[in-house]
Amino acid sequence: MVELKITNLRASVEGKEILKGVDFDVKGGEIHALMGPNGAGKSTLGNVLIGHPNYAIEGGSIMLDGNNLTEKTPEERARAGLFLAFQSPISIPGVKISSFLRTAYKQLHPEDKVTVTEFFNRVKEHLRFVGLDESFMSRSVNDGFSGGERKRFEILQMAILKPKIVVLDEIDSGLDVDALRLVAEEIIKYHNSEVGFLIITHYQRILRNIDPDFVHILMNGKIVRNGDKSLALKIEEEGYDWIKE
Amino acid sequence: MEVELSKEEEIERLVESLKDSKSSDWEFHDKYNPIYSTGKGLNKSVVEEISEIKKEPDWMRRMRLKALEIFQSKPMPTWGPDLSGIDWENTTYYNRPDERKSQNWDDVPDQIKDTFQKLGIPEMEQKYLAGSVAQYESEGVYHSLKKVWEDKGVVFMDLDSAVKNHPDLVKDYFCKAVPFTDNKFAALNGAVWSGGSFLYVPKGVHIDMPLQTYFRMNNESTGQFEHTIVVGDEGSKVHYIEGCTAPRWDKDSLHSAIVEIYAQRDSDVRYTSVQNWSKSVYNMPTKRAWVDERAKMEWVGGSLGSKITMIYPSSYLRGPYASTSNLNISLAGAGTVKDTGAKAIHMAPHTTSKIIAKSISIEDGKAIYRGLLRMNKGAVDSRSKVQCDALLINDDSQSLTFPHDEIYEPTATFSHEASVGKIGTEELTYLRSRGLSEDEASSMIVLGFLDDVMKEIPMEFAIEMNRLVKLEMNKLGAVG
Repeated sequence: MVELKITNLRASVEGKEILKGVDFDVKGGEIHALMGPNGAGKSTLGNVLIGHPNYAIEGGSIMLDGNNLTEKTPEERARAGLFLAFQSPISIPGVKISSFLRTAYKQLHPEDKVTVTEFFNRVKEHLRFVGLDESFMSRSVNDGFSGGERKRFEILQMAILKPKIVVLDEIDSGLDVDALRLVAEEIIKYHNSEVGFLIITHYQRILRNIDPDFVHILMNGKIVRNGDKSLALKIEEEGYDWIKE
Repeated sequence: MEVELSKEEEIERLVESLKDSKSSDWEFHDKYNPIYSTGKGLNKSVVEEISEIKKEPDWMRRMRLKALEIFQSKPMPTWGPDLSGIDWENTTYYNRPDERKSQNWDDVPDQIKDTFQKLGIPEMEQKYLAGSVAQYESEGVYHSLKKVWEDKGVVFMDLDSAVKNHPDLVKDYFCKAVPFTDNKFAALNGAVWSGGSFLYVPKGVHIDMPLQTYFRMNNESTGQFEHTIVVGDEGSKVHYIEGCTAPRWDKDSLHSAIVEIYAQRDSDVRYTSVQNWSKSVYNMPTKRAWVDERAKMEWVGGSLGSKITMIYPSSYLRGPYASTSNLNISLAGAGTVKDTGAKAIHMAPHTTSKIIAKSISIEDGKAIYRGLLRMNKGAVDSRSKVQCDALLINDDSQSLTFPHDEIYEPTATFSHEASVGKIGTEELTYLRSRGLSEDEASSMIVLGFLDDVMKEIPMEFAIEMNRLVKLEMNKLGAVG
C-alpha cells in the first residue's frame, strides 16, 4: 500500500522559515490538491519533498511506505518512488532525452530488463500521447523548449519513470486548452490504486479536468483548511480572502 | 527514427561490453622489453645510430643531423607552461620492438597482440577500418591495408617503410609544412623521429571509410617521436584517425610528434586524434596543415591526461576558398596543464575558419586556450569564427583564454565567443530527482557540455571518451 506521510514538516530557504509545520498523507489511488495564494510555500513543499539542496528541513518527517526519507538524497527519494514535475524545468544542453530517460529508468527500475528498442517504443508512444513529436528523442533535455513543451515533457517523464507518488507543481501553467487536455488525460491514464497524486496549483483550472479527492489550503507555511472538491470550487468563486484564522 | 534507435542500441551494446573493465585496465603494462634501445640521453652518435639501425638513405641521415643541430641551438620555449621538468638526459630516444614489421596479423608477436586486444583493436578493425598502422613503441610493427585502396594508388604505411619504398614521394612532403626550424620540439622530432604514418591519397580518390592508427607509449621514460604525413592530392577525400591510450607511469616521459597534412586543391581531409596520456607525460606535438584552393581541412581532437600538453593544430589557408574547422575537447584533470588551441592563417581571398574549443578543468587542473587568427593583407572577404567554452568542476579549477588576432585585411570579418561555467545545483538536482547519483548527474552534464564536439568524434572513440570522462568525474566524489 503506497503511502506518503508528511508530519509537522518545517523547512527554510536561506535561513527564512517557509514551511511551519505541514501535515497530510497521500495514499495510493488518491488525488490531493494543494492550493494557496502566492508565497504560501506551495513550491517550497515540492522542492523539500524531493530533497532540493537549497531547502533545509528544520523539523518533522517525510515517510514513504514506512521509509524515512527526511534525510535522504534526491536520488534516494526518486528511487523510493517520489517524482516532482517541476514548475520551471531547467534546460540541460547536450544531454539527449533518449539517454537521459534510459539512464533514469535503469536507476529507478533496475529489475525491468526491457530492451532498448522496447523502451524507446514506449517513449515514442507517450510522446504521442502528450502531443510531442518523436524527434524530441534526439533533442536535449528542455533545451530550447517552449514553456508548454517543458510541461508536456515532465508528464511524459512521469508516465515513463513510473513513480508511486507524483507531485505536480503548477503543471497547468503555460499550457493552452488543448495541451492541458492531453496532459490531464495522461495523468488520468496513469492514475491507479498504486499511485498517489499531489497537485500543487494556484488556480483550480487543472481541477476542471482532474477531480481531486482531497483539497488542502496552504497559507503562510501551514495547512489552514482541508476539504474535498467543493473547497476548490469555493476558492475559485471567492478567492482566498475569506480564509482567515 | 529507426536509425537513431539502432545507433542507441549499438552504443548501449558497446558500453555494456566496456562495463566490466575497470579503470586499472587502462593502466596496465605488459612485460615487454625492447630488443634494442639507444639508451638514455641524446647526442650525434645516438642520432647516427638510429639512422644506421633503420638502414636509412643518406639524405635522411643528414636531415636528422641537421635537425639535431637546430634542436641543440634552440632555447626552451618560456611563453607557456613550465617545461623545466623535462629531463633530456634521462629520456630514451629510440626503442625497437623485437619483431620485424609484418603485414599479416598472424605474424604479430603474441604479447603485442594481447596488448592490442586489450585496446580493442581487432574489434575496431572488424567494425569499419579500411587499413591500420598500429605503433608499438617506436616502430610500426603491424600494418594492413585493404587491397582495394592499394589498387587505387593509395599509399598507407609507417613512415619508416615509406622512406624506403617511396623516397621521392616522402621527400616532397617531409618537413615542408613543419620545418625543423619551427620550434625546439619539431627539431627534436626531426632528429630522432621514428614511426608514424605516411598516407598518400591520389588525385580524385575518395576513401569513404576512416583510416586509422592506434598506438601507445609503453616504456618508462621513452620518448615517442612519430612523424605522420597525410597527403590528400587534388580532389581527393580522406579521414585519418589517430588514437592513443597510454598506461600510467611514475616517471616523466616525453612525446613530441609531428603531423603534416597537405590538403591539395579541392581535397577534403579530416584528421581526428583522440589521446589519453598518462599523468606523467609531456605531450608537445606540432600539427600543421597546408590547405590549398577550395580544399577543406577539418581537425577533430580529444585530449585527456598528460602532465603538460601543448597542441595548437594550425591550418595555413593558402588558396582562395580554402576552409578549415577545428573542434577540440581538452580535459585537464588533477595536476594537468592543457595548453591547447588552434591557429588559422588566412593567406588567400574568401578563406574561412571555424574553431570550437571546449575545455573541462577538474580539481586543480588548468585548461588554457591559446589561439592565433591571422588574416593576411589580401585575404579578401575571409571569415573566421572562434568559440571557446570552459567548464570548471571544482573551486580550484582554472581556465584561461589567450586569443591572439592579427588582422591585416580590412574586408575580413571574425568573431570570438567565450564562456566559462560551472555545473549548477539546479541541473544536478533535476537529474538526481530522476534517480541519477550525483556522479552520474555531473558526468551527464559534462558530456552534454561536450556534445557538439563529441558527435564529430567516431563512435568507438566517443564511447571511450565518455568512459574516461566518467572515470575522471567518479574519482571526485562530491562535486562542488
